[in-house]
Amino acid sequence: MKKLFSKLGMVGLLSFLLLGFSQFGMSNEVFDLSNGTMLLAEHHEKVVPVVGVAVEEATLDTGDTAWMIVATILVIVMAIPGLALFYGGLVRAKNMLSVLMQVFVTFSLMSVLWVVYGYSLAFTEGPYNTWIGGLGAAFLGGISGDSISGTIPEYVFVTFQLTFAALTPALIVGGFAERIKFSGMLVFLTLWLTTVYLPICHMVWGGGLISSWGAIDFAGGTVVHINAGVAALVLAIGLGKRLGYGKEVMAPHNMPMTMIGASLLWAGWFGFNVGSELAADSTAGLVMINTQVAAASGVLGWITMEWMARGKPSMLGGASGAISGLVAITPACAVVGPMGAIALGFIASMIAYWACTSLKKSLGYDDSLDVFGIHGVAGIVGAVGLAILMAPQFGGVGYDEGITMVSQLMVQAKSVGFTIIWCGVISFILFKIVDATVGLRVSEEDERAGLDTTSHGETAYHS
Amino acid sequence: MKFVTAVIKPFKLDEVREALSEIGVQGITVTEVKGFGRQKGHTELYRGAEYVIDFLPKVKLEVAVSDKLEKKVVEAITKSALTGKIGDGKIFVMDLDQVQRIRTGETGDDAL
Repeated sequence: MKKLFSKLGMVGLLSFLLLGFSQFGMSNEVFDLSNGTMLLAEHHEKVVPVVGVAVEEATLDTGDTAWMIVATILVIVMAIPGLALFYGGLVRAKNMLSVLMQVFVTFSLMSVLWVVYGYSLAFTEGPYNTWIGGLGAAFLGGISGDSISGTIPEYVFVTFQLTFAALTPALIVGGFAERIKFSGMLVFLTLWLTTVYLPICHMVWGGGLISSWGAIDFAGGTVVHINAGVAALVLAIGLGKRLGYGKEVMAPHNMPMTMIGASLLWAGWFGFNVGSELAADSTAGLVMINTQVAAASGVLGWITMEWMARGKPSMLGGASGAISGLVAITPACAVVGPMGAIALGFIASMIAYWACTSLKKSLGYDDSLDVFGIHGVAGIVGAVGLAILMAPQFGGVGYDEGITMVSQLMVQAKSVGFTIIWCGVISFILFKIVDATVGLRVSEEDERAGLDTTSHGETAYHS
Repeated sequence: MKFVTAVIKPFKLDEVREALSEIGVQGITVTEVKGFGRQKGHTELYRGAEYVIDFLPKVKLEVAVSDKLEKKVVEAITKSALTGKIGDGKIFVMDLDQVQRIRTGETGDDAL
């Protein structure tokens, strides 16, 4: 395990260098960026609400509101049952309910935390606004049914963003599946939401540090996927491998359920990506076509790799490819064109395949359901790759004035490197704290027997 | 009396049952089993994980027959279960000391 952490340290160092390098390369442009009207800044000017006071000229649009209510529900379907089934099918039958429970309860707990303090810390202004918002809207204070955010009721905006905050910690479940202690997990994820998700969310979408760099993250490449992927990797390494990993058969117990889960994720992703436009407008149309073709080309990318390397394209490969493509297009879906989306989905999926097979094997960690390999890696490819594919010659929307491909690429790399380090370091500290106090791994005996009976007192299947 | 146990490919079960009925066998017991012989198993790949599945699904059938039927039974199973490919299975023949029908108390050949 020590060896692994030292290797991980090297990855961290590398991203740190990346960060430093990009800053160096950017020194002149940084000023231009802060003055220029950035796509994202513009985007969020529209959405960041002034708490308690409806912006004077803001008027409610019923079309936008109707779409955002539907989009919010679609994201809920992504998590439960989508993600729960996607993960559940991949574990052994004795741990099926434990994974369903972990996703289900995490989603619920984070939802409550979001309205207690999460929304406020992420989306309001505070004394340390570069890093995190204030507590002015804790317990949703100052918000009423009449409050408007952009063109939709603020309550709708709060709920839509809630689903993101509740889904992201649930994604991490895949990294430590089949060996996590339920109580420890809830404590860890509560602290993780508070110290990793909320600051990064504020820095990217709430008018904090990363948005001031001019980084583009339309629907959550850094906030959701890189964050979840890195946290899952840290926990997978910290907890150690599952008993019998590499020796015993740990084949997925129900691939059809995984396929159903992946398909629900795919469909729900339209709420996630298109909903992030916060309006039913022309950009929403671009995001929609991009989301669909990136997922489809992701499937083709993964099974192409499998077919060539192993001679057989698999259902799990198809499902994994779809998710990889969707993850990659998430930050990019409003700035690339449909052809760019196809390229991004295809390439990200191939790289994620490499990460889940070769990289994972060579580093020897047991990321049970490949959260890092898929969400982390495809997230990085998407967040960085969008800087290239948004160029007009690739069919993208082009760069803002004073911004070049190289400068945008540097900003993207910097935001990715920053997120990896922030999330990696804090997740590791949280792991150490919770592991030493509550404990994060079940006993050997419980792990052998399966978490369904030992943690939850029930079994998924009766014969 | 003989006790014949045969391990065959699952999809051949119906043909074997028909062949045995034709030569006058009155009853068969069937069990779904797993095992391996020369056919060996196969590998399954799940993303980075590769698993060797040693044990393949087979059907085991058991028949108790009179001595004079023994050769016919073995021949019928051999013919009907044959595909000519590896993994067709095996037939084991053992001596059978006693048989008793529970309902009537008949023993020996009468109980078959």
